[in-house]
Amino acid sequence: MTELSKSGAAVGEPTGTSAAPSAFLEVRDLKVHFPTDDGLVKSVDGLSFQLERGKTLGIVGESGSGKSVTSLGIMGLHTAGQYGKRKAQISGEIWLDGTELLSADPDHVRKLRGREMAMIFQDPLSALHPYYTIGQQIVEAYRIHHDVDKKTAKRRAVEMLDRVGIPQPDKRVDSYPHEFSGGMRQRAMIAMSLVNNPELLIADEPTTALDVTVQAQILDLIRDLQKEFGSAVIIITHDLGVVAELADDLLVMYGGRCVERGPAEKVFYEPRHPYTWGLLGSMPRLDRDQQERLIPVKGSPPSLINLPSGCAFNPRCPYADVPKDDVTRTVRPELTEVGSKHWAACHMSQEQRERIWTEEIAPKL
Amino acid sequence: MTTQRTSGRRKQALAAAAVVAALLTTAACGGGGDDSNGGSKNGAPGFDAANNKVAQASEAKKGGTLKFASSQDADSWDTTRGYYGFMWNFSRYYSRQLVTNKTEPGKAGAEVTPDLATGLAKVSDDGKTYTYTLRDGVTWEDGKPITSKDVKYGIERVWAQDVLSGGPTYLKEVLDPKDEYQGPYKDKSKDKLGLKAIETPDDKTIVFKLPEANSDFEEMLALTSASPVRQDKDTKSKYGLRPFSSGPYKFESYNPGKDLTLVRNTEWKQESDPVRKAYPDKITIKFFSNANDLDARLIAGDYDLDLAQTGLSPQGRTTALKEHKANLDNPVSGYIRYATFAQNVKPFDNIHCRKAMLFGADHVSLQTARGGPVAGGDIGTNMLPPSVPGSEGQKYDPYGMAGENKKGNIEKAKEELKACGKPNGFKSKIAVRNNKPVEVATAESMQASLKKVGIDLEIEQYDGSQYASVVGSPSNVAKKGYGVIIMGWGPDFPSVQGYGLPLWHSDYILDSANNNFALIKDEKIDGLFADYLTELDDAGKAKIATEINHKVMEGAYYLPFVFEKFINWRSNNLANVYTTDGYSGMYDFVNLGLKNPKK
Amino acid sequence: MLAYLIRRLFAAAVMLVVIILVVFCIFFLVPKWAGVDIALNYVGKQAGPDAVEAVRQKLSLDDPVVVQAWEFIKGIFAGRTYASGGDVTNCSAPCFGYSFKTEQAVWPVLTERFPVTLALALGAAVLWLIFGLAAGVLSALKRGTLWDRGAMIVALAGVSLPIYFTGLLSLAIFSYGLGWINGEFVPLEDSLTGWLGGMILPWVTLAFLYAAMYARITRATMMEILGEDYIRTARAKGLREPVVIRKHAMRSTLTPLLTMLGMDLGALMGGAILTETTFSLPGLGQKVLDAIQNQDLPFILGVTLITSLAVLIANLVVDVLYAVIDPRVRLA
Repeated sequence: MTELSKSGAAVGEPTGTSAAPSAFLEVRDLKVHFPTDDGLVKSVDGLSFQLERGKTLGIVGESGSGKSVTSLGIMGLHTAGQYGKRKAQISGEIWLDGTELLSADPDHVRKLRGREMAMIFQDPLSALHPYYTIGQQIVEAYRIHHDVDKKTAKRRAVEMLDRVGIPQPDKRVDSYPHEFSGGMRQRAMIAMSLVNNPELLIADEPTTALDVTVQAQILDLIRDLQKEFGSAVIIITHDLGVVAELADDLLVMYGGRCVERGPAEKVFYEPRHPYTWGLLGSMPRLDRDQQERLIPVKGSPPSLINLPSGCAFNPRCPYADVPKDDVTRTVRPELTEVGSKHWAACHMSQEQRERIWTEEIAPKL
Repeated sequence: MTTQRTSGRRKQALAAAAVVAALLTTAACGGGGDDSNGGSKNGAPGFDAANNKVAQASEAKKGGTLKFASSQDADSWDTTRGYYGFMWNFSRYYSRQLVTNKTEPGKAGAEVTPDLATGLAKVSDDGKTYTYTLRDGVTWEDGKPITSKDVKYGIERVWAQDVLSGGPTYLKEVLDPKDEYQGPYKDKSKDKLGLKAIETPDDKTIVFKLPEANSDFEEMLALTSASPVRQDKDTKSKYGLRPFSSGPYKFESYNPGKDLTLVRNTEWKQESDPVRKAYPDKITIKFFSNANDLDARLIAGDYDLDLAQTGLSPQGRTTALKEHKANLDNPVSGYIRYATFAQNVKPFDNIHCRKAMLFGADHVSLQTARGGPVAGGDIGTNMLPPSVPGSEGQKYDPYGMAGENKKGNIEKAKEELKACGKPNGFKSKIAVRNNKPVEVATAESMQASLKKVGIDLEIEQYDGSQYASVVGSPSNVAKKGYGVIIMGWGPDFPSVQGYGLPLWHSDYILDSANNNFALIKDEKIDGLFADYLTELDDAGKAKIATEINHKVMEGAYYLPFVFEKFINWRSNNLANVYTTDGYSGMYDFVNLGLKNPKK
Repeated sequence: MLAYLIRRLFAAAVMLVVIILVVFCIFFLVPKWAGVDIALNYVGKQAGPDAVEAVRQKLSLDDPVVVQAWEFIKGIFAGRTYASGGDVTNCSAPCFGYSFKTEQAVWPVLTERFPVTLALALGAAVLWLIFGLAAGVLSALKRGTLWDRGAMIVALAGVSLPIYFTGLLSLAIFSYGLGWINGEFVPLEDSLTGWLGGMILPWVTLAFLYAAMYARITRATMMEILGEDYIRTARAKGLREPVVIRKHAMRSTLTPLLTMLGMDLGALMGGAILTETTFSLPGLGQKVLDAIQNQDLPFILGVTLITSLAVLIANLVVDVLYAVIDPRVRLA
């Protein structure tokens, strides 16, 4: 990653007027809010990051942290097909290859969907239409963006199925989703996403619904394909293990905000936020005893309508009382640079965090 | 025509009535109101203009289509099987009898006049032999002459009750009281004319030999069931689908429950028929299943009159009375609506308890329940319908029902209760048909007024279509304790025999399909009926009828509600229209004409 | 698939026999228990006991119900002859009974009336599908708006207002009032425009009721389907929203509606009693009401069976169509 702008209000520039960035994908101060009967749900509340072509960004967080909402926001799927009065409120900027998507003509964004940016969903069984064959669905995806006849498109579909490792692709192309195994379905889903050679691929929990051995295969596939196609990839997951080997950069989300981000090895080996520590603690690791209990992050995710004041993580943070004057409960911490290209939002001082990490956390992992 | 089998018609008491009625009022008529009792500019001759008198007699022109509408089909169009009043009335279009009702308004319409016969019967002195001669030139629809044998065969069909059930059986009972003849279908003789009581010495002569005299016999021969039927055209049980015509019209098409079309019978000759005028070229009936729709279409002028002649529905009535009064007649129907007391249910075996009911009931309230003085009828004060000779109408009012006791007389009722040995009243049940909302309303009225004298009546509704086996079975009545039975009755032919015999004669107490609900076993009444049968003088017959009526009322077996009236519609285009006692206050169908045949 | 069909057909046949038995019990045994003599319905008020006995014989009322039912079933395939008192009536196969009230064989009357009922049901179905689906989909897409609420209030009215009310109202307005439409049934062979004029109000009236139901179901189903993952996938592909709705959402929405449509049409084959009565349409429904009022058992029996048969067939057709629409069902 190159320069990262500060998140939230710290940017200080009015959205929509800023100049086009040089990065392939840049998200600036993204806010996605949903009005409900109970109040405004602030699913994403000021998120910024950048991503270059050929690189992989992992976005990690618990469910409800806003990671999926972010990905749907980039795809423009909060506004497309939203009916009735209660529409999502989105602000900020999303620059994709020099185009700002939020202020762009929705139809233009639609044309980018599937072609420039594609998405792989968590559960391929429910994400594929049960009434159409795999082939029909891939052909449709291809023909939206390519003016070719059905035959050509079907050849392309077979080719893609072959590429993602589905045996007998010329036969399986006529199968229905329910006739595939889980792993095969996800391969087909990937084939569908990549059929238009997208420059940005967003994979939202691509392996969660799969069993462990298949998970690894799918992740390998994504990596191989990324190399082949040279796309930028965002992998969204609650499981740090998934992105451990795949991601160049990591972004940890909590309560709709970024709490830590940086190069993957930094975040992994020198994490500077207690929430990241917790995530690492709950990650199953192959190099450790399987019997050992995973340590989950205690407590439950915060309400997105009434975030805890101060640091949103403070009710669950074992070190909330380390900083003085109760600052964790009154002042929201901003992202601060804690290392080269490594940012974290925590009130504890750099020294305190380093000490706790090296003395208390790391040895237990 | 016996119990009111013309049912079904006004059943649809709609909750929507108010709204729809309002719409009808404003929409259908474009804010009329210019019709008055004295006639109107659109050609309707005025309210009651055709009630017992002829309206627009001279305006009838030849030709056109006379359009009937009906919410009910006939029980059968077979002359032997039909029993509905409108069927008898309508059947004169396609069937003739030796004698028939006069085509005259009011009381005269109940008198018989020669039809196929050259004159009324030559009756022997003992009243047991009736001889008729057939007219020249009377023909079937295929041009063949109608013979005395055809008349005999037609009458014989009444004996085939196992195949041709449904119609009146008076002729069978009078001509063959011992039930010896098996009917034409089981007749062993070659010509199937084995009935001994009728002789046909030649094709023009027919002689009836009655085992016992019956002074109403000629009335019975005027019934539709005495029509001729040609043996080679007798399709037995299916005859009603396509009767073979002897009258001025013949069947063109008939779809049960859908429509019926009669066209001119070209073989019929006007000069052979002293009765029928045959004005229209075509006569149609369209059957409706929605009485409100039917009324709206009558009022809109799409149809000329209602076949069933049982009056407009409440909504249609309201509209018509307000906007089109000149198109309405308010005739007496011949029906009496009443409650009767089953003597096999205690304490109705005691005359005083019955009288307590008569005195205690609120007769005005009962009249209101029936629809009020116009739509319901005058308060009934005795049991002989105004159309029957011998009736005194409201002048005979032994219990002051239309007079001093019309709102109910609690003191007198209590006196009677004391005399009955039930000074504190008693409990019983009212049996009422569930398919007749108006009857249920009368039951509720009785219940309310009699509660005041301590008589506690429980209303029990039963399946109205099953009345013959529910209240028609005296043992069932006793078992269920139906002390009070609500019913209505009209004359088959206008005489005390045609009305009251099945109701009051002890011979008519039956195990099932009984109509003598009160189980009247009065030697005096039976004797009076016997006298009546041999009394040939009309004045004498009327006198006996009056006496029978008095005896029935003195026994306090009945609580009459109303002498029923209907409000019937006639279109502006109808001419030569009048009501007749011959068909219980209906319009006489057979000589209706159209003012403008092209309409 | 074939074995499945055969199994279903066999089940349907068994079902029909059961229905026949049950109907026989209802119509012949229950009155007997209630002490009602059915034969009395078929004779006049002056009939003697022999006439009643003859009717009893003709209708074979004294036979055990099973025998009567067997005779009935036999009649369907082989025809039947009713003989009594020198009167022989042939009822040729398929004989679904013979009415002694109207002296007609049941089957020809039903087949004659059936086209009216069929035309009523199909015409109304076209209307209610068009308007019900359109209203339902629009409501789902504009949920919470004034349009949605308005449409759903109209739909609620449609579901809860009785047919005879809406029917009479439409007659009062368009036929008696404005005079735009005659509103009386005219056979198709007499006049096409007359026929249309007679059918349009019944169609609209009947369709109003069903369109209301379909709109409500469509709305609910559509809203549910729009939340499905595969709809999101379709959008993520870059499909235009109208295509998403038409190609992806509608097809899934149609599945439950198809089941409803099959059942509704099947049930309507026995006649739309209220609609036909209100508009005096000479269809099966009018006949069955008439038969009930006149205690004309053979017709009641005939129509009951036809209706059951229609529902069974509709069920079968729906199941087959279901398999065509939803590939997941094909495996089962």
